[in-house]
Amino acid sequence: MQCQKCDKPATFHITDLVDGEPKEVHLCEVCAKDFLSPLAEEADQVVPEMAGLLAQQLAIGQTAEELAELDQRVCPVCGISFLEFRKQGRLGCPHDYVHFAKELEPLLVNIHGETQHVGKTPARGGGNAEQQTQLIRLRREMKEAVAKEEYERASELRDEIKEIEGAS
Amino acid sequence: MPLDLESMANHCGEWLRASGPESDIVISSRVRLARNLTDFPFIARTTEADREQIEQILHARIDALRAAGKLPSAKPENELHYVDVGGLEEVDRQFLVERQLISREHADADGARAVVIDGGERFSVMINEEDHLRIQVMHSGLDLEAAWKEINEIDDLLEEQVTYAWNDRLGYLTACPTNVGTGIRVSVMLHLPALVITRQIDKVFRSLQKINLAVRGLYGEGSQAMGDFYQISNQVTLGMTEEELLAKVADVVPVLLEYERQARDFLIKESQETLHDRVSRAFGILRTAQTISSEETLHLLSSVRMGVNLGLIGDVEIPTVNKLFVHTQPAHLQKLAGMELDQSDRNIERASYLRRHLNAGKAEPGDN
Ligand SMILES: [Zn+2]
Ligand SMILES: [Zn+2]
Repeated sequence: MQCQKCDKPATFHITDLVDGEPKEVHLCEVCAKDFLSPLAEEADQVVPEMAGLLAQQLAIGQTAEELAELDQRVCPVCGISFLEFRKQGRLGCPHDYVHFAKELEPLLVNIHGETQHVGKTPARGGGNAEQQTQLIRLRREMKEAVAKEEYERASELRDEIKEIEGAS
Repeated sequence: MPLDLESMANHCGEWLRASGPESDIVISSRVRLARNLTDFPFIARTTEADREQIEQILHARIDALRAAGKLPSAKPENELHYVDVGGLEEVDRQFLVERQLISREHADADGARAVVIDGGERFSVMINEEDHLRIQVMHSGLDLEAAWKEINEIDDLLEEQVTYAWNDRLGYLTACPTNVGTGIRVSVMLHLPALVITRQIDKVFRSLQKINLAVRGLYGEGSQAMGDFYQISNQVTLGMTEEELLAKVADVVPVLLEYERQARDFLIKESQETLHDRVSRAFGILRTAQTISSEETLHLLSSVRMGVNLGLIGDVEIPTVNKLFVHTQPAHLQKLAGMELDQSDRNIERASYLRRHLNAGKAEPGDN
Protein backbone atom coordinates (compact mmCIF):
# COMPACT_ATOMS: atom_id res chain seq x y z
CA MET A 1 0.00 0.00 0.00
CA GLN A 2 1.15 3.48 -0.85
CA CYS A 3 1.44 6.41 1.56
CA GLN A 4 -1.50 8.79 1.19
CA LYS A 5 0.76 11.85 1.28
CA CYS A 6 3.72 10.76 -0.86
CA ASP A 7 4.82 7.85 -3.11
CA LYS A 8 6.67 5.81 -0.50
CA PRO A 9 5.21 2.56 0.82
CA ALA A 10 2.84 3.02 3.76
CA THR A 11 4.20 1.33 6.89
CA PHE A 12 1.88 3.00 9.41
CA HIS A 13 -1.83 2.32 9.37
CA ILE A 14 -3.28 4.79 11.81
CA THR A 15 -6.84 5.02 12.96
CA ASP A 16 -7.44 8.73 13.28
CA LEU A 17 -10.16 10.24 15.43
CA VAL A 18 -12.38 12.70 13.59
CA ASP A 19 -15.16 13.99 15.83
CA GLY A 20 -14.98 10.79 17.83
CA GLU A 21 -15.31 8.61 14.71
CA PRO A 22 -12.40 6.39 13.67
CA LYS A 23 -10.94 6.93 10.18
CA GLU A 24 -8.13 4.90 8.55
CA VAL A 25 -4.98 6.74 7.45
CA HIS A 26 -2.10 4.99 5.64
CA LEU A 27 1.29 6.70 5.82
CA CYS A 28 5.00 6.14 5.39
CA GLU A 29 7.35 6.61 8.33
CA VAL A 30 8.22 10.23 7.48
CA CYS A 31 4.63 11.29 6.92
CA ALA A 32 3.48 9.40 10.01
CA LYS A 33 5.93 11.41 12.11
CA ASP A 34 4.55 14.64 10.66
CA PHE A 35 1.03 13.46 11.17
CA LEU A 36 1.63 12.58 14.79
CA SER A 37 3.21 15.95 15.64
CA PRO A 38 0.78 18.57 16.80
CA LEU A 39 0.08 21.84 15.08
CA ALA A 40 0.85 24.89 17.19
CA GLU A 41 -2.67 26.31 16.97
CA GLU A 42 -4.12 23.02 18.21
CA ALA A 43 -2.39 23.39 21.56
CA ASP A 44 -4.77 24.67 24.21
CA GLN A 45 -8.37 23.84 24.88
CA VAL A 46 -10.73 25.24 27.44
CA VAL A 47 -13.65 23.20 28.68
CA PRO A 48 -16.64 25.53 28.95
CA GLU A 49 -17.49 26.02 32.59
CA MET A 50 -20.96 26.29 33.99
CA ALA A 51 -20.48 29.96 34.89
CA GLY A 52 -19.18 30.74 31.41
CA LEU A 53 -22.13 29.00 29.82
CA LEU A 54 -24.53 31.01 31.92
CA ALA A 55 -22.86 34.32 31.18
CA GLN A 56 -22.83 33.49 27.46
CA GLN A 57 -26.42 32.41 27.44
CA LEU A 58 -27.70 35.43 29.28
CA ALA A 59 -25.62 37.93 27.35
CA ILE A 60 -27.41 36.96 24.15
CA GLY A 61 -30.74 38.64 23.43
CA GLN A 62 -31.12 40.33 26.78
CA THR A 63 -30.73 44.00 27.55
CA ALA A 64 -29.05 45.17 30.75
CA GLU A 65 -32.42 46.25 32.16
CA GLU A 66 -34.04 42.93 31.35
CA LEU A 67 -31.18 41.09 32.99
CA ALA A 68 -31.29 43.35 36.06
CA GLU A 69 -35.03 42.76 36.36
CA LEU A 70 -34.62 39.02 35.92
CA ASP A 71 -31.89 38.94 38.57
CA GLN A 72 -34.32 40.34 41.15
CA ARG A 73 -36.80 37.49 40.76
CA VAL A 74 -37.00 35.35 43.88
CA CYS A 75 -38.22 31.78 44.40
CA PRO A 76 -41.15 31.91 46.87
CA VAL A 77 -40.17 28.55 48.34
CA CYS A 78 -36.44 28.81 49.13
CA GLY A 79 -35.92 32.55 48.71
CA ILE A 80 -33.05 32.32 46.21
CA SER A 81 -32.83 35.17 43.67
CA PHE A 82 -31.95 34.54 40.05
CA LEU A 83 -28.85 36.68 40.59
CA GLU A 84 -27.69 34.40 43.42
CA PHE A 85 -28.20 31.40 41.17
CA ARG A 86 -26.20 33.06 38.38
CA LYS A 87 -23.38 33.87 40.81
CA GLN A 88 -23.04 30.43 42.38
CA GLY A 89 -24.35 28.25 39.53
CA ARG A 90 -26.42 26.23 42.04
CA LEU A 91 -30.18 26.31 42.48
CA GLY A 92 -31.86 26.62 45.87
CA CYS A 93 -34.67 24.06 45.81
CA PRO A 94 -36.58 21.66 43.52
CA HIS A 95 -39.26 24.33 42.97
CA ASP A 96 -36.71 26.60 41.20
CA TYR A 97 -37.04 24.39 38.13
CA VAL A 98 -40.70 25.39 38.02
CA HIS A 99 -40.40 29.00 39.18
CA PHE A 100 -37.50 29.85 36.84
CA ALA A 101 -38.61 27.45 34.09
CA LYS A 102 -38.67 30.10 31.37
CA GLU A 103 -35.24 31.44 32.28
CA LEU A 104 -33.69 27.98 32.67
CA GLU A 105 -35.02 26.65 29.37
CA PRO A 106 -32.37 28.22 27.06
CA LEU A 107 -29.68 27.25 29.55
CA LEU A 108 -30.81 23.60 29.55
CA VAL A 109 -30.87 23.61 25.76
CA ASN A 110 -27.36 25.03 25.74
CA ILE A 111 -26.02 22.38 28.16
CA HIS A 112 -28.01 19.30 27.13
CA GLY A 113 -29.56 20.09 23.75
CA GLU A 114 -32.85 18.78 25.16
CA THR A 115 -35.45 19.74 27.76
CA GLN A 116 -37.33 16.47 28.16
CA HIS A 117 -36.16 13.67 30.46
CA VAL A 118 -36.38 10.20 28.92
CA GLY A 119 -34.47 8.06 31.44
CA LYS A 120 -35.26 6.21 34.64
CA THR A 121 -38.45 7.04 36.55
CA PRO A 122 -38.53 6.57 40.32
CA ALA A 123 -40.97 3.94 41.55
CA ARG A 124 -42.50 6.48 43.89
CA GLY A 125 -43.36 9.22 41.38
CA GLY A 126 -41.94 12.09 43.36
CA GLY A 127 -44.59 11.88 46.10
CA ASN A 128 -46.96 14.77 46.65
CA ALA A 129 -44.95 17.54 45.01
CA GLU A 130 -47.32 20.28 46.19
CA GLN A 131 -46.98 19.21 49.82
CA GLN A 132 -43.20 18.84 49.65
CA THR A 133 -42.86 22.34 48.23
CA GLN A 134 -45.05 23.72 50.98
CA LEU A 135 -42.88 22.00 53.60
CA ILE A 136 -39.72 23.65 52.34
CA ARG A 137 -41.44 27.05 52.37
CA LEU A 138 -42.89 26.62 55.87
CA ARG A 139 -39.54 25.50 57.28
CA ARG A 140 -37.89 28.60 55.81
CA GLU A 141 -40.57 30.87 57.24
CA MET A 142 -40.22 29.22 60.63
CA LYS A 143 -36.46 29.82 60.58
CA GLU A 144 -37.04 33.48 59.69
CA ALA A 145 -39.61 33.85 62.46
CA VAL A 146 -37.16 32.43 65.00
CA ALA A 147 -34.44 34.78 63.73
CA LYS A 148 -36.84 37.72 64.23
CA GLU A 149 -37.77 36.36 67.66
CA GLU A 150 -41.42 35.96 66.59
CA TYR A 151 -41.85 32.83 68.63
CA GLU A 152 -45.61 32.69 68.51
CA ARG A 153 -45.56 32.74 64.70
CA ALA A 154 -42.77 30.13 64.70
CA SER A 155 -44.80 27.84 66.89
CA GLU A 156 -47.84 28.15 64.59
CA LEU A 157 -45.63 27.30 61.63
CA ARG A 158 -44.20 24.32 63.47
CA ASP A 159 -47.69 22.98 64.06
CA GLU A 160 -48.51 23.40 60.38
CA ILE A 161 -45.34 21.52 59.41
CA LYS A 162 -46.17 18.71 61.84
CA GLU A 163 -49.67 18.45 60.41
CA ILE A 164 -48.37 18.04 56.84
CA GLU A 165 -45.66 15.61 57.90
CA GLY A 166 -48.20 13.55 59.83
CA ALA A 167 -50.54 13.41 56.86
CA SER A 168 -47.95 12.14 54.38
CA MET B 1 -18.73 -0.82 62.02
CA PRO B 2 -16.27 2.07 62.37
CA LEU B 3 -13.79 2.60 59.60
CA ASP B 4 -10.16 1.85 60.39
CA LEU B 5 -8.24 4.15 58.04
CA GLU B 6 -4.87 2.72 59.09
CA SER B 7 -5.78 -0.80 58.04
CA MET B 8 -7.53 0.57 54.96
CA ALA B 9 -4.29 2.32 53.97
CA ASN B 10 -2.53 -1.03 53.93
CA HIS B 11 -4.69 -2.67 51.33
CA CYS B 12 -6.05 -1.19 48.16
CA GLY B 13 -9.44 -0.57 46.67
CA GLU B 14 -11.05 -2.90 44.17
CA TRP B 15 -10.55 -0.43 41.32
CA LEU B 16 -6.75 -0.52 41.63
CA ARG B 17 -6.46 -4.29 41.25
CA ALA B 18 -6.06 -4.10 37.47
CA SER B 19 -8.29 -7.16 37.21
CA GLY B 20 -10.94 -5.93 34.80
CA PRO B 21 -10.96 -5.94 30.97
CA GLU B 22 -8.41 -3.71 29.17
CA SER B 23 -6.86 -2.83 32.50
CA ASP B 24 -3.47 -2.11 30.89
CA ILE B 25 -5.00 1.19 29.73
CA VAL B 26 -8.39 1.48 31.42
CA ILE B 27 -7.75 1.99 35.14
CA SER B 28 -11.34 2.16 36.30
CA SER B 29 -14.98 2.50 35.29
CA ARG B 30 -17.18 4.69 37.45
CA VAL B 31 -20.86 5.54 37.47
CA ARG B 32 -22.36 8.10 39.82
CA LEU B 33 -25.91 9.30 40.41
CA ALA B 34 -26.93 12.67 41.88
CA ARG B 35 -30.14 12.60 43.93
CA ASN B 36 -31.97 14.99 46.25
CA LEU B 37 -34.67 14.54 48.85
CA THR B 38 -37.81 16.30 47.73
CA ASP B 39 -38.73 17.88 51.08
CA PHE B 40 -35.55 19.90 51.69
CA PRO B 41 -33.93 22.79 49.83
CA PHE B 42 -30.79 22.01 47.83
CA ILE B 43 -27.56 22.22 49.83
CA ALA B 44 -26.78 25.88 48.96
CA ARG B 45 -30.01 27.00 50.68
CA THR B 46 -29.97 24.60 53.62
CA THR B 47 -29.36 25.62 57.21
CA GLU B 48 -26.96 23.77 59.47
CA ALA B 49 -30.03 22.14 61.07
CA ASP B 50 -31.36 21.05 57.64
CA ARG B 51 -28.07 19.37 56.83
CA GLU B 52 -28.07 17.57 60.17
CA GLN B 53 -31.62 16.40 59.56
CA ILE B 54 -30.83 15.21 56.02
CA GLU B 55 -27.80 13.36 57.32
CA GLN B 56 -29.81 11.72 60.10
CA ILE B 57 -32.65 10.66 57.80
CA LEU B 58 -30.34 9.13 55.23
CA HIS B 59 -28.18 7.49 57.90
CA ALA B 60 -31.27 5.83 59.40
CA ARG B 61 -32.59 4.68 56.01
CA ILE B 62 -29.25 3.25 54.90
CA ASP B 63 -28.90 1.52 58.27
CA ALA B 64 -32.34 -0.01 57.80
CA LEU B 65 -31.35 -1.32 54.36
CA ARG B 66 -28.12 -2.74 55.74
CA ALA B 67 -29.92 -4.38 58.65
CA ALA B 68 -32.40 -5.95 56.24
CA GLY B 69 -29.41 -7.37 54.32
CA LYS B 70 -30.46 -5.55 51.18
CA LEU B 71 -27.37 -3.51 50.33
CA PRO B 72 -24.44 -5.58 48.99
CA SER B 73 -22.95 -6.45 52.38
CA ALA B 74 -23.35 -10.22 52.49
CA LYS B 75 -19.62 -10.92 52.54
CA PRO B 76 -17.63 -9.81 55.62
CA GLU B 77 -15.22 -7.78 53.50
CA ASN B 78 -18.22 -5.96 52.12
CA GLU B 79 -19.21 -4.67 55.54
CA LEU B 80 -20.58 -1.15 55.18
CA HIS B 81 -18.82 1.70 56.94
CA TYR B 82 -20.62 4.88 57.87
CA VAL B 83 -18.11 7.71 58.12
CA ASP B 84 -18.90 11.11 59.68
CA VAL B 85 -16.83 13.20 57.28
CA GLY B 86 -17.47 16.45 59.18
CA GLY B 87 -15.90 14.93 62.28
CA LEU B 88 -12.71 13.72 60.57
CA GLU B 89 -9.26 15.30 60.76
CA GLU B 90 -8.06 17.05 57.60
CA VAL B 91 -5.54 14.27 56.84
CA ASP B 92 -8.30 11.64 57.03
CA ARG B 93 -10.58 13.58 54.72
CA GLN B 94 -7.66 13.98 52.31
CA PHE B 95 -7.10 10.22 52.55
CA LEU B 96 -10.66 9.53 51.37
CA VAL B 97 -10.19 11.99 48.49
CA GLU B 98 -6.99 10.22 47.39
CA ARG B 99 -8.92 6.97 47.58
CA GLN B 100 -11.59 8.52 45.30
CA LEU B 101 -14.29 7.70 47.85
CA ILE B 102 -15.26 11.34 48.43
CA SER B 103 -14.75 14.47 46.33
CA ARG B 104 -12.50 17.38 47.22
CA GLU B 105 -15.66 19.52 47.58
CA HIS B 106 -17.16 17.06 50.03
CA ALA B 107 -13.95 17.03 52.07
CA ASP B 108 -13.85 20.83 52.24
CA ALA B 109 -17.59 21.46 52.80
CA ASP B 110 -19.18 22.76 56.02
CA GLY B 111 -21.54 21.12 58.46
CA ALA B 112 -23.01 17.66 58.76
CA ARG B 113 -21.90 15.33 55.98
CA ALA B 114 -21.05 11.67 55.70
CA VAL B 115 -20.02 8.88 53.38
CA VAL B 116 -21.07 5.24 53.32
CA ILE B 117 -18.34 2.96 52.00
CA ASP B 118 -18.47 -0.77 51.39
CA GLY B 119 -15.50 -2.82 52.56
CA GLY B 120 -14.46 -3.70 49.00
CA GLU B 121 -14.51 0.01 48.12
CA ARG B 122 -16.71 -0.73 45.12
CA PHE B 123 -19.37 1.72 46.08
CA SER B 124 -19.70 4.80 48.20
CA VAL B 125 -22.60 7.11 48.97
CA MET B 126 -21.77 10.73 49.78
CA ILE B 127 -24.36 12.55 51.88
CA ASN B 128 -24.58 16.36 51.64
CA GLU B 129 -22.12 16.90 48.83
CA GLU B 130 -23.35 19.27 46.10
CA ASP B 131 -26.55 17.20 46.16
CA HIS B 132 -28.08 15.44 49.16
CA LEU B 133 -26.95 12.11 47.74
CA ARG B 134 -24.11 11.19 45.43
CA ILE B 135 -24.01 7.45 44.84
CA GLN B 136 -20.90 6.07 43.16
CA VAL B 137 -19.82 2.62 41.96
CA MET B 138 -16.28 2.05 40.76
CA HIS B 139 -14.90 -1.10 39.09
CA SER B 140 -11.44 -2.04 37.89
CA GLY B 141 -10.84 -1.92 34.12
CA LEU B 142 -13.53 -1.43 31.49
CA ASP B 143 -16.68 -2.64 33.21
CA LEU B 144 -19.33 0.06 32.79
CA GLU B 145 -22.32 -2.24 32.28
CA ALA B 146 -21.73 -4.05 35.56
CA ALA B 147 -21.12 -0.80 37.41
CA TRP B 148 -24.40 0.61 36.06
CA LYS B 149 -26.34 -2.52 37.00
CA GLU B 150 -24.97 -2.35 40.53
CA ILE B 151 -25.63 1.36 41.05
CA ASN B 152 -29.12 1.06 39.58
CA GLU B 153 -29.96 -1.58 42.19
CA ILE B 154 -28.61 0.57 45.02
CA ASP B 155 -30.62 3.52 43.67
CA ASP B 156 -33.79 1.38 43.54
CA LEU B 157 -33.28 0.34 47.16
CA LEU B 158 -32.79 3.93 48.34
CA GLU B 159 -35.77 5.03 46.29
CA GLU B 160 -37.99 2.72 48.32
CA GLN B 161 -36.85 4.51 51.46
CA VAL B 162 -37.00 8.20 50.54
CA THR B 163 -38.79 10.45 48.05
CA TYR B 164 -36.47 11.96 45.48
CA ALA B 165 -36.91 15.46 44.02
CA TRP B 166 -38.35 14.74 40.61
CA ASN B 167 -40.55 16.17 37.91
CA ASP B 168 -42.09 14.55 34.85
CA ARG B 169 -40.50 16.87 32.35
CA LEU B 170 -36.99 17.21 33.77
CA GLY B 171 -36.54 13.92 35.63
CA TYR B 172 -34.33 13.92 38.74
CA LEU B 173 -33.84 17.47 39.98
CA THR B 174 -30.30 18.46 40.97
CA ALA B 175 -28.65 21.49 42.53
CA CYS B 176 -26.80 22.24 39.31
CA PRO B 177 -28.67 22.26 35.97
CA THR B 178 -25.71 20.41 34.42
CA ASN B 179 -26.80 17.22 36.23
CA VAL B 180 -30.58 17.40 35.85
CA GLY B 181 -32.50 14.56 34.19
CA THR B 182 -30.74 11.28 34.81
CA GLY B 183 -28.26 12.75 37.30
CA ILE B 184 -25.79 10.24 35.88
CA ARG B 185 -22.09 10.70 35.29
CA VAL B 186 -20.41 7.79 33.53
CA SER B 187 -16.60 7.91 33.53
CA VAL B 188 -13.64 5.84 32.54
CA MET B 189 -10.12 6.60 33.78
CA LEU B 190 -7.54 5.98 31.09
CA HIS B 191 -3.75 5.87 31.15
CA LEU B 192 -2.61 7.47 27.87
CA PRO B 193 1.15 8.09 28.11
CA ALA B 194 1.96 7.41 24.43
CA LEU B 195 -0.68 9.86 23.24
CA VAL B 196 0.92 12.43 25.53
CA ILE B 197 4.46 11.72 24.26
CA THR B 198 3.37 11.83 20.61
CA ARG B 199 1.36 14.97 21.45
CA GLN B 200 -1.86 13.49 20.15
CA ILE B 201 -3.72 14.10 23.37
CA ASP B 202 -5.00 17.57 22.43
CA LYS B 203 -6.49 16.16 19.28
CA VAL B 204 -8.21 13.47 21.33
CA PHE B 205 -9.57 16.17 23.64
CA ARG B 206 -11.03 18.15 20.79
CA SER B 207 -12.59 15.10 19.19
CA LEU B 208 -14.22 14.10 22.45
CA GLN B 209 -15.49 17.59 23.20
CA LYS B 210 -17.12 17.76 19.78
CA ILE B 211 -19.20 14.72 20.68
CA ASN B 212 -20.06 16.21 24.09
CA LEU B 213 -17.75 14.15 26.24
CA ALA B 214 -15.72 15.82 28.99
CA VAL B 215 -12.04 15.11 29.70
CA ARG B 216 -10.37 15.72 33.07
CA GLY B 217 -7.05 14.84 34.64
CA LEU B 218 -6.53 12.62 37.67
CA TYR B 219 -6.92 14.60 40.93
CA GLY B 220 -7.13 17.74 38.80
CA GLU B 221 -9.82 20.09 37.63
CA GLY B 222 -8.33 21.41 34.41
CA SER B 223 -7.25 19.56 31.34
CA GLN B 224 -3.68 19.21 32.65
CA ALA B 225 -3.54 15.62 33.81
CA MET B 226 -1.25 14.18 36.46
CA GLY B 227 0.77 11.18 35.38
CA ASP B 228 -0.98 10.95 31.99
CA PHE B 229 -4.30 9.81 33.47
CA TYR B 230 -7.45 11.13 31.87
CA GLN B 231 -11.05 10.73 32.87
CA ILE B 232 -13.59 10.68 30.04
CA SER B 233 -17.22 11.28 30.98
CA ASN B 234 -20.60 12.29 29.59
CA GLN B 235 -21.46 15.98 29.70
CA VAL B 236 -25.15 15.70 28.84
CA THR B 237 -27.53 14.21 31.43
CA LEU B 238 -30.92 15.20 30.01
CA GLY B 239 -32.78 13.90 26.95
CA MET B 240 -30.96 10.56 26.75
CA THR B 241 -31.53 7.39 28.75
CA GLU B 242 -28.95 6.10 31.22
CA GLU B 243 -28.16 3.24 28.83
CA GLU B 244 -27.65 5.63 25.91
CA LEU B 245 -25.31 7.79 27.98
CA LEU B 246 -23.43 4.69 29.11
CA ALA B 247 -23.06 3.60 25.47
CA LYS B 248 -21.87 7.06 24.45
CA VAL B 249 -18.88 6.76 26.78
CA ALA B 250 -18.38 3.01 26.24
CA ASP B 251 -18.37 3.37 22.43
CA VAL B 252 -15.46 5.75 22.36
CA VAL B 253 -13.22 3.67 24.63
CA PRO B 254 -12.19 1.03 22.04
CA VAL B 255 -11.24 3.84 19.67
CA LEU B 256 -9.09 5.47 22.34
CA LEU B 257 -7.51 2.13 23.27
CA GLU B 258 -6.66 1.52 19.63
CA TYR B 259 -5.27 5.04 19.33
CA GLU B 260 -3.06 4.72 22.40
CA ARG B 261 -1.83 1.29 21.32
CA GLN B 262 -0.93 2.62 17.88
CA ALA B 263 0.98 5.49 19.45
CA ARG B 264 2.85 2.95 21.61
CA ASP B 265 3.66 0.84 18.52
CA PHE B 266 4.83 3.95 16.76
CA LEU B 267 7.17 4.86 19.64
CA ILE B 268 8.54 1.31 19.76
CA LYS B 269 9.20 1.23 16.01
CA GLU B 270 10.33 4.79 15.64
CA SER B 271 12.41 5.33 18.76
CA GLN B 272 12.73 2.22 20.81
CA GLU B 273 16.04 3.30 22.35
CA THR B 274 14.67 6.66 23.44
CA LEU B 275 11.58 5.03 24.86
CA HIS B 276 13.51 2.30 26.64
CA ASP B 277 15.87 4.91 28.02
CA ARG B 278 12.98 7.04 29.30
CA VAL B 279 11.31 4.08 30.99
CA SER B 280 14.56 2.74 32.50
CA ARG B 281 15.58 6.12 33.83
CA ALA B 282 12.17 6.60 35.41
CA PHE B 283 12.40 3.16 37.04
CA GLY B 284 15.97 3.90 38.17
CA ILE B 285 15.05 7.18 39.83
CA LEU B 286 12.04 5.66 41.61
CA ARG B 287 14.20 2.78 42.88
CA THR B 288 17.03 4.92 44.19
CA ALA B 289 15.75 8.41 45.05
CA GLN B 290 16.20 9.51 48.65
CA THR B 291 13.64 12.32 48.43
CA ILE B 292 10.97 12.81 45.79
CA SER B 293 7.91 15.02 45.26
CA SER B 294 4.41 13.83 44.55
CA GLU B 295 4.39 15.35 41.04
CA GLU B 296 7.68 13.76 40.02
CA THR B 297 6.47 10.42 41.36
CA LEU B 298 3.28 10.50 39.31
CA HIS B 299 5.23 11.48 36.23
CA LEU B 300 7.83 8.73 36.61
CA LEU B 301 5.34 6.04 37.64
CA SER B 302 3.44 6.78 34.45
CA SER B 303 6.54 5.96 32.36
CA VAL B 304 7.16 2.83 34.42
CA ARG B 305 3.56 1.73 34.00
CA MET B 306 3.84 2.01 30.23
CA GLY B 307 7.23 0.27 30.35
CA VAL B 308 5.72 -2.70 32.19
CA ASN B 309 2.83 -2.90 29.70
CA LEU B 310 5.27 -2.87 26.79
CA GLY B 311 7.48 -5.54 28.35
CA LEU B 312 10.41 -3.15 28.75
CA ILE B 313 10.47 -3.70 32.52
CA GLY B 314 10.06 -7.18 33.94
CA ASP B 315 10.35 -7.20 37.70
CA VAL B 316 7.29 -5.23 38.75
CA GLU B 317 3.58 -5.82 38.16
CA ILE B 318 0.79 -3.45 37.13
CA PRO B 319 -1.28 -3.81 40.34
CA THR B 320 1.81 -2.78 42.32
CA VAL B 321 2.34 0.27 40.11
CA ASN B 322 -1.36 1.17 40.40
CA LYS B 323 -1.15 0.90 44.16
CA LEU B 324 1.94 3.12 44.26
CA PHE B 325 0.08 5.92 42.46
CA VAL B 326 -2.38 6.16 45.33
CA HIS B 327 -0.20 5.10 48.27
CA THR B 328 2.45 7.76 47.57
CA GLN B 329 -0.11 10.56 47.86
CA PRO B 330 0.40 12.81 50.93
CA ALA B 331 -2.39 11.54 53.20
CA HIS B 332 -1.71 7.87 52.39
CA LEU B 333 1.96 8.27 53.25
CA GLN B 334 1.06 9.79 56.60
CA LYS B 335 -1.46 7.06 57.38
CA LEU B 336 1.05 4.38 56.43
CA ALA B 337 3.76 6.02 58.53
CA GLY B 338 1.28 6.41 61.37
CA MET B 339 2.20 10.06 61.94
CA GLU B 340 1.87 13.55 60.57
CA LEU B 341 4.70 14.50 58.22
CA ASP B 342 5.57 17.89 56.78
CA GLN B 343 6.31 18.22 53.10
CA SER B 344 10.04 17.55 53.22
CA ASP B 345 9.54 14.56 55.52
CA ARG B 346 6.86 13.27 53.17
CA ASN B 347 9.28 13.49 50.23
CA ILE B 348 11.80 11.37 52.18
CA GLU B 349 9.11 8.91 53.29
CA ARG B 350 7.76 8.68 49.73
CA ALA B 351 11.20 7.85 48.33
CA SER B 352 11.70 5.22 51.01
CA TYR B 353 8.27 3.69 50.34
CA LEU B 354 8.99 3.53 46.61
CA ARG B 355 12.38 1.89 47.19
CA ARG B 356 10.85 -0.73 49.48
CA HIS B 357 8.17 -1.64 46.92
CA LEU B 358 10.20 -1.49 43.73
CA ASN B 359 13.29 -3.30 45.01
CA ALA B 360 11.44 -6.35 46.32
CA GLY B 361 13.83 -9.25 46.72
CA LYS B 362 16.86 -7.06 46.09
CA ALA B 363 19.03 -5.73 48.88
CA GLU B 364 19.06 -1.96 48.76
CA PRO B 365 22.51 -0.41 48.57
CA GLY B 366 23.36 0.84 52.03
CA ASP B 367 20.70 -1.35 53.66
CA ASN B 368 21.70 -3.52 56.54
ZN1 LIG C 1 4.61 9.48 3.01
ZN1 LIG D 1 -36.44 27.70 45.39
